[in-house]
Amino acid sequence: MVCEMETDQIEEMDVEVLSSMWPEDVGTEADKQFNVEKPAGDLDTLKEVTIETRTIADMTRLPNLLNSTHQGSSQLTNLVKQWEYMQDNAVRLLKEELKNLDRQREEAEAKELKIIEEYKFESNEPENVPVLDETSDLFRRFRQKKRDALVDSKKIEIYEEFDTVAYWKQKALSLEKMLEASTERERRLMEKLSESLKTMESQSAPVQELTQNLKRAEGFLHFILQNAPIVMGHQDKDLRYLFIYNKYPSLREQDILGKTDVEIFHGGGVKESEDFKREVLEKGKASKREITFTTDLFGSKTFLIYVEPVYNKAGEKIGINYMGMEVTDQVVKREKMAKLREDNAVRKAMESELNKTIHITEETMRAKQMLATMSHEIRSPLSGVVGMAEILSTTKLDKEQRQLLNVMISSGDLVLQLINDILDLSKVESGVMRLEATKFRPREVVKHVLQTAAASLKKSLTLEGNIADDVPIEVVGDVLRIRQILTNLISNAIKFTHEGNVGIKLQVISEPSFVRDNALNADTEEHEQNENALPCLFKKYMQASADHARKYGGTGLGLAICKQLVELMGGQLTVTSRVSEGSTFTFILPYKVGRSDDYSDDQDEFSDMADQQSEPDDTAEGYFQFKPLLGSIYSNGGPGISNDFLPHKVMLTSPIKLINGFVADPSNNTGQSEMLQLENGGYMDESKLETSSGHCPESAHQYENGNGRCFSKESESCSSSQASSEGGTLEMESELTVSSHREEEKAETEVKETSKPKILLVEDNKINIMVAKSMMKQLGHTMDIANNGVEAITAINSSSYDLVLMDVCMPVLDGLKATRLIRSYEETGNWNAAIEAGVDISTSENEQVCMRPTNRLPIIAMTANTLAESSEECYANGMDSFISKPVTLQKLRECLQQYLH
Amino acid sequence: MICKNLFIGIAISNKLYIFFFSLLLPSRRVERAMDTLIAQLQRRFCDFTISLYHQGFLDDQFTELKKLQDECSPDFVAEVVTLFFEDCEKLISNMARALDQTGNVDFKLVGSSVHQLKGSSSSVGAKRVKGLCVTLKECCDSQNYEGCVRCLQQVDIEYKTLKAKLQDLFNLEQQIVQAGGRIPQVDI
Repeated sequence: MVCEMETDQIEEMDVEVLSSMWPEDVGTEADKQFNVEKPAGDLDTLKEVTIETRTIADMTRLPNLLNSTHQGSSQLTNLVKQWEYMQDNAVRLLKEELKNLDRQREEAEAKELKIIEEYKFESNEPENVPVLDETSDLFRRFRQKKRDALVDSKKIEIYEEFDTVAYWKQKALSLEKMLEASTERERRLMEKLSESLKTMESQSAPVQELTQNLKRAEGFLHFILQNAPIVMGHQDKDLRYLFIYNKYPSLREQDILGKTDVEIFHGGGVKESEDFKREVLEKGKASKREITFTTDLFGSKTFLIYVEPVYNKAGEKIGINYMGMEVTDQVVKREKMAKLREDNAVRKAMESELNKTIHITEETMRAKQMLATMSHEIRSPLSGVVGMAEILSTTKLDKEQRQLLNVMISSGDLVLQLINDILDLSKVESGVMRLEATKFRPREVVKHVLQTAAASLKKSLTLEGNIADDVPIEVVGDVLRIRQILTNLISNAIKFTHEGNVGIKLQVISEPSFVRDNALNADTEEHEQNENALPCLFKKYMQASADHARKYGGTGLGLAICKQLVELMGGQLTVTSRVSEGSTFTFILPYKVGRSDDYSDDQDEFSDMADQQSEPDDTAEGYFQFKPLLGSIYSNGGPGISNDFLPHKVMLTSPIKLINGFVADPSNNTGQSEMLQLENGGYMDESKLETSSGHCPESAHQYENGNGRCFSKESESCSSSQASSEGGTLEMESELTVSSHREEEKAETEVKETSKPKILLVEDNKINIMVAKSMMKQLGHTMDIANNGVEAITAINSSSYDLVLMDVCMPVLDGLKATRLIRSYEETGNWNAAIEAGVDISTSENEQVCMRPTNRLPIIAMTANTLAESSEECYANGMDSFISKPVTLQKLRECLQQYLH
Repeated sequence: MICKNLFIGIAISNKLYIFFFSLLLPSRRVERAMDTLIAQLQRRFCDFTISLYHQGFLDDQFTELKKLQDECSPDFVAEVVTLFFEDCEKLISNMARALDQTGNVDFKLVGSSVHQLKGSSSSVGAKRVKGLCVTLKECCDSQNYEGCVRCLQQVDIEYKTLKAKLQDLFNLEQQIVQAGGRIPQVDI
């Protein structure tokens, strides 16, 4: 029993160690026999076994049936050794037992001998012994027994009478008993030994046990693997399956065994796995790989495949073990994670990029704002300078002075234009710019633009305007901006064109996406534009090259503004260019056609025209041409020479085509007739006619007074135009404008004299008051002062004002609130809102005020910042305009001119 | 301060120079000497004015003020500037008092004072003071006590400097007038 226990313990320990070696064993089990023995069909029975025997899983290690491989044989020898050790142990134990018994017997014999010697010594009967000894062994043994018994029966001696027969009899009896017991023990031991040997013999045939173990191991394996998504197999050198375990067997035994992967499956990944296996086989190194299969059999799945070469004892490769686990989900998950991580990284990068961009944009915005503010600040004084210079030019000057003054004005205008450009650009960019929708005549605009350009033309270029017949006579749009764009493009064209023509073509493009809107297409042709500079043409402050900048001057803002404006109007500006052949700038704008019924709504002078439009051809005229007249300066042409002096006829290439667009102002019958005359003459300088027509609206106020004046003006202009070069035209034009200016001013001063306007300044800062007052004085006005909103309301209540200058930020009641209250008073006729707001107003005057017709009182805000939002706030609160602080003489003058009539 | 002393010194030496010349030289030569002196003074005036603009003490608004000065109000600029400095002093002491109350600083009060000062300085064309006022206003809006105090100190320094400079400028103007010259128009 003891030995059995011991062996059990040893085996238990071994099993524990073994369990970690399972994978290896599984591999080694892949034997032919094993495979054949364990087809997929066996599964069920094995399972049962497993579950039952699970608790006894502490079985001995798996016997190895495979002798051919190293692993297999080592396993086998291991088992054999184990077995031998076990048996050895049992034998050893039994031998020890035997030895023990022998020793005991020897001891007993020694005792017997002793007793006998004692007895000899005491009884003096030595002769007996030799005799007995010599006679027989048996006798001697008997004596020995006697001696053995003597030890136990010493006490007996005491009671019995020494050396009596009885005594010896008794002694002999006891010794005999002892001897018997001893023999009995010996016999039993012998029996045991033989029994033990018998069992040993029965155990020496271990096949049964091993088979049992094997079954258990198999069961164990199945217990573990029954639900694992694992495929295992063994393939021989030719990669033919010898064994396969598959959790979801979809193929039958005969379909797999003895075949290769390629023979079994078709689809993606099969070849790869085959190659991989072959590679492992060749290299002799176990390795893992992930392979995605797409087969008809099980669809698209990814397997993690472990392949290991198998050697036989001789060290030759005989095949591979392979194990695959389906990791499709994991791979998908992993890929997803990777993708997520990648996306994250990308997003982060984008974010940082965005932040950078935002930062840059903010910086740019700030810079722009500053530029705009600066420009704004510059413009005011500059316009003062130019204005004054213009006025100065109307006074009596000698030739030299006039020349200087002209230079001054033209450079002033240039700077002003520049600043306006900058402001326009920032306006468009900040989205503050609003477009107006007014009716205008595209032909006139084109003509006007060309004419203006021709007026300052200093090169021998031909300016052409070509307008298609289907372009409506009147369209609705922001004429100012369109003209600005055209002017910009044309002036650019002229600037960069050295010979040839510059022209505007206008035509209607029908675009299906616009139901009612068509598009105007105007293009200007321009020559010798540097082609490689095209991409940066529309960028701000960019010019084709530094050389260009030096040669031609300018800031490079023009095209940028044009583009922005066109885009603002919902159109697009494009350019095509070829060096030394010319450039075409094309912009397409959606437009609306103004209804002809409300022709006369805003422009009185057209009302007559609509009736008198006897010659529609004239309004629809689509071709203009302007030729420079270099070298011939006829600055002073009298009216008399207008018709018969036709020196330019020669220069016209197609004079018949030149008809006049002047009919735009048909209110003037005389003018028309004259025009016809000119037409008959075959030549007409349109720029001149246009000039006159341009001025006629201004003189339309005087229409009732008589046509004469208007006509005289026109005729004058016509004549001078006929005789003038572009320089002359410019002069004349400016003269005309100036004279009309003067008239206006005169009228203004007259008005002023009749009734001096009352101005109220609402301002809390003493210094500002002082400055403003002084400025007003300079401008010839006096004004009342209110120190805050409440005072302002009280003042407005007590007397009537023509204009209020209102500081926005004031104590007690600020400008915005005060304005709101004043506006509410104008609407309701009472100061209820103000009283509600806590302003003290004497009611006695209130009634009187109510009687007064309440006209809208112009209120001009004075703000410290010129930002768009601030001005918007002013407008939102009912203010009419605003002056940015610090107030300058020029700003004040402009404001007064605008609001005091 | 050094600058001011220097100018006064130069002014005195110039006067002595004229005196000696008038004693020693015949009248025509005296006239010519006066002319050169005036020209000198005028040039110095121009330079000084330009430097004030270039160093950012003044801006165009000051030019605007000068335009307003005519025969009817010959001392207009000086009056306005004097008023401005008085205003400055008052407002700055107001703010200093408000900022002195550590713990419960009335930023609103400071803010309104700054606004006033900003308006005044921009009207006068005191560019640097105005710039500082803008910063001070920002500090005030963000209730940045440290910033406020620092800015206020700078404003104080700046307005005093400006005061001294303008004082010099007016002195120079006076000298020119005394010498019988015209105050030149300075183009900035």
